[in-house]
Amino acid sequence: MSTRAKELLVVGIVLLFCIIAYLGKVYGWVDTVVFSPMVSMIVVGIIILGLVFVLIRTLQGRLINRQVVFLFVGIAVIMPFFMSITQKIRTSPEVQQLYDAVAELPKGSKVLVSFDYDPPSAPELQPMAEAFLYYCLSNDLKVIIMGLWPQGAQQANLALEAIMKNEKLAAKGLEYGKDYVNLGYQAGNEFVIQRMGADFSSMFRTDYSGRHYEELELVKNVKNFSNIDYSFNLSAGYPGTQEWVQVAVDRYGLKMGCGNTAVQAPMMYTYLNAGQLVGLLGGMNGAAEFEQLVKYPGKGTKFMLSQSFAHMIVIAFIIIGNVAFFRSGRGKKL
Amino acid sequence: MRREVPLLITGIVGVVFVLQYFIPHWPFSQVNTWFSDWFSIVGAFAIWLGALNLLKISALKVIGKKSDWGYAIVIIISFIIMVAIGFAEGKEFREQGTMFSWLYEYVYSPLSATMFALLAFFVASASYRAFRARNLDATLLLMAGFLIMLGRVPVGDSISFFLPENYQFSQVASWIMTWPQTAGQRAIMIGIALGLVSTSLRIILGIERAHLGGGD
Repeated sequence: MSTRAKELLVVGIVLLFCIIAYLGKVYGWVDTVVFSPMVSMIVVGIIILGLVFVLIRTLQGRLINRQVVFLFVGIAVIMPFFMSITQKIRTSPEVQQLYDAVAELPKGSKVLVSFDYDPPSAPELQPMAEAFLYYCLSNDLKVIIMGLWPQGAQQANLALEAIMKNEKLAAKGLEYGKDYVNLGYQAGNEFVIQRMGADFSSMFRTDYSGRHYEELELVKNVKNFSNIDYSFNLSAGYPGTQEWVQVAVDRYGLKMGCGNTAVQAPMMYTYLNAGQLVGLLGGMNGAAEFEQLVKYPGKGTKFMLSQSFAHMIVIAFIIIGNVAFFRSGRGKKL
Repeated sequence: MRREVPLLITGIVGVVFVLQYFIPHWPFSQVNTWFSDWFSIVGAFAIWLGALNLLKISALKVIGKKSDWGYAIVIIISFIIMVAIGFAEGKEFREQGTMFSWLYEYVYSPLSATMFALLAFFVASASYRAFRARNLDATLLLMAGFLIMLGRVPVGDSISFFLPENYQFSQVASWIMTWPQTAGQRAIMIGIALGLVSTSLRIILGIERAHLGGGD
């Protein structure tokens, strides 16, 4: 088979999976397919046997193709979607700190949430966004949404749409403009934050759907950061948490927590330890921990099993690679 | 003039921004407001410039039939479809139920997330082939990576259930992230900050002119 034919075959298979997944989402098939604990354990056993086979092959001096590694990772990520294995998720101190900071806000407090990310980071950050918005709105906190990334405001709307399906929130009869508002995207990176320190309305003359700032009951009396009780920043890069800390926290004294991608989160520990950040959700694990705390089990919790499997697969491959490395003699290239 | 004017603008704006940080009162506060507004305006235009530049580069690639010109056609068609549908649906184009939001949710979002997710596959492959305990430094890095990867997922605590609670993988990972990792990050960030200050000063004073183009 020629390379071109193989490429077309792969594209065809991926397309087929996409169509099945889309139809599954629309008609609700995906959630109905669940392996029993026995089948789940058999799948785990097959994966382990596969890894043992890879180890033996590697010890024989034959490195497996990268396609085989990809296959293992693919299986490790996809299969857990259908498994019925439960995991105990332990809350880390930084997640607990964020939860406590929001929990102690009196009813009616104003919370500013900045959506500084786009769809590539959504698998990690969207579950955080949903859980955070759910917790705020279910505790009668007033939420002001904005974005320094062009797609941020749209991601916020997707999160709002998802949480409004929740019965508890639906029963509250929340009103746009009174209980929550989406101010939309504003270009200008950290300069937007800086101007907001003086006057919100100078940066957001209208909201996401074009309504004037002064017509929105929730924000018409919000002049600057001094009217905000807590802020939560969802960030995947620049502009993001670092810029918010440097301008809004350090200069204007805003109390802020953040949710970051797993890649970015390590940098935030410096701000967290210095007290510049009050709470941190790092990666999907942080999202899952927060979902557990606020009792809103969403995609973070659901996908943690996949992440556990993926991490175990990567660790297994590192071990296999190193076993072969030492067997073949230190420093010798495999 | 092509060099002097940009240098003058850079110098004035740079000095004003430094001064207004330490003296946030009139006239610096007012000038800061003007410059910030101008930055937002320039930023908004830059988005258009970026989009049009992408179209131009893609179109030139197709016309010249350069390598991978087929992908450039996909870019142009996708761009035109999104823009056309966005304009056709008017001011409410981002509302739920519109064609634009459907494309965003079911085409753009999954495709973007897929590109990011490919990282997991390459990390696994690279780990298998390159992540070796060749010396003490590499071994320490390897061990830290191991403990963080195990401690950041619930399965880590399941594996280390027999250890005292404070020594289970999640606690060890938290300790590594809070102390040794933070110390390293601080060193890097302070180094970057010092570098930024010196580079910024060079740009404000007109010593560094590489951003203007040309050789000198």
